[in-house]
Amino acid sequence: MMDLRELYQDIILDHGRHPRNFRKIERPTHTAQGHNPLCGDRVTVYVTLDGERIGDVAFEGRGCAISTAAASLMTEVLKGKTMAEAAELFAHFHARVTGADEPPLTASLSADAERLEPLTGVKAYPSRVKCATLSWHALQSALKGETRTVKTE
Amino acid sequence: MTTVSGRIGRATAVPGPQPLDPRRIRVEFPVFDDDPDLVFLDSAASAQKPRAVIDGLAAFYRSDYANVHRGVYRLSQRSTDLFEEAREKVRAYLNAADRDEIVFVRNTTEAINLVAWSWGEAFVKTGDEVLITDLEHHSNLVPWQMLCERVGARLVVAPTDATGEFDLAQFEARLSPRTRMVAVTQLSNVTGAVLPVARIVELAHSAGAKILIDGSQAAPRMPVDVTALGCDFYAFTGHKVYGPTGIGVLYGRRALLEAMPPWQTGGGMIEEVTYPKTTFQGPPHRFEAGTPDIAGAVGLGHALDFVERLGRDCILAHETALTDYAVRLLSQISGLRVLPAGQRQLAVVSFNLDGVHPHDVGTVLDQHNVAVRVGHHCAQPLMDKLGLAGTVRASFGVYNDEADVDALVRAIEAAKEMFR
Repeated sequence: MMDLRELYQDIILDHGRHPRNFRKIERPTHTAQGHNPLCGDRVTVYVTLDGERIGDVAFEGRGCAISTAAASLMTEVLKGKTMAEAAELFAHFHARVTGADEPPLTASLSADAERLEPLTGVKAYPSRVKCATLSWHALQSALKGETRTVKTE
Repeated sequence: MTTVSGRIGRATAVPGPQPLDPRRIRVEFPVFDDDPDLVFLDSAASAQKPRAVIDGLAAFYRSDYANVHRGVYRLSQRSTDLFEEAREKVRAYLNAADRDEIVFVRNTTEAINLVAWSWGEAFVKTGDEVLITDLEHHSNLVPWQMLCERVGARLVVAPTDATGEFDLAQFEARLSPRTRMVAVTQLSNVTGAVLPVARIVELAHSAGAKILIDGSQAAPRMPVDVTALGCDFYAFTGHKVYGPTGIGVLYGRRALLEAMPPWQTGGGMIEEVTYPKTTFQGPPHRFEAGTPDIAGAVGLGHALDFVERLGRDCILAHETALTDYAVRLLSQISGLRVLPAGQRQLAVVSFNLDGVHPHDVGTVLDQHNVAVRVGHHCAQPLMDKLGLAGTVRASFGVYNDEADVDALVRAIEAAKEMFR
């Protein structure tokens, strides 16, 4: 079994304790809820789109250290990105945490992908992968304009 | 081996419960051969399997297997005899009056669904009420909620108080002439609270209601006597009582079962089939459509033999002492809150660490080879009431001892350290 500190790296513990952009956006252009029925965790993601670009993104909810840190880091890397860039980052991140083949990544996004790398420790803990992807699924649903709650199960 | 042997029912005088020796019992569970350091604290979800069950299943499939109640050949007769012998073992285990009161199902969930569909659709009408408690597992909640929706009845919930104690006065206040069914757990899978089911049965009957007891957690660790209790239905599952998955039991009083229509229909449960009409067998076969889990039933019989060999009085005494020990130690950990369970708590201890999510606690514990359950434990309304996303739950079986609790405490300290 791998060292637990590979999963709970300092940056994860830090973002888990002190999540960034942990707030409600009063008048978001897009919003969606994510729900993990397995553990009861809920996250609400708020987005303000400025044309094709994400002007502001924030989240609220309760969750474990992994899901809170994942949401926090997501909001950090996504601010100022276009919808296409957000989709590309998610596809890449999803592949990294599930161990799937990684899609090609635009060079300009590699620093952002690197920021998300500490979360890929979940790969060794199949039951925790959903914690890392819940906020991303909610974001994707928000950007598609879906109103339903995204579920991980 | 410290066992109470040669007991016949509970009438035989025994000199009090003999202490169990979990370290010797562990030898009977092959899972610990593969992983001697495993601290398995999740028996409330499902118990590990003793060699007698594993080998018994294999031996049955090897030498005694054929379909039941079908063939004229000897092998089928032998299989049928073993299947029906298992039914007799269940009857004795619950002290039911008659073997025909024992219906084999898949699990507790299916047992309750059977009652909610068959008995419920026939006897619960618009305006009637079904009374449950706020400690119920989803399996003793959702089938009643759905029944109420179908027939226009009302689901009423009796609460536990702030100490986790089942509130008899509140329960009594919610009984009414409209109450048709009372469905309660005997032992909460979330808090470990033991409910006063004998009194609940009396109250339910005096209000003219029928009562179903969910014995999922109680059946593996307490003597159960459905005749003395006088309950109408009692449900439990095989896999929590050290038996195989896929087999469970519904006990129903004979008069009630006889008045109930079939739920699932098909082979094995019919008397005569013609195109215009079919007539059905009596209980229990009326409720066992299709080829049953024959090996599962035989395996359950082995599991009940195993439990009876240890003695449920002894298991109860052992797990009560272990639960007290765990609650005492856990309560001394700063920042840890044990979910209150009232006056009597058995085999289940739920807790939370301040500021640490149960999932994170569970992952750290797993790293220390301590297996616990985390989450809502299929009791979301109870979690909502308590304002919790979930809990960490340690639960005990016959193979657990104080060393397991000590290992749990050490692992919790490590979790605290990490998330400090």
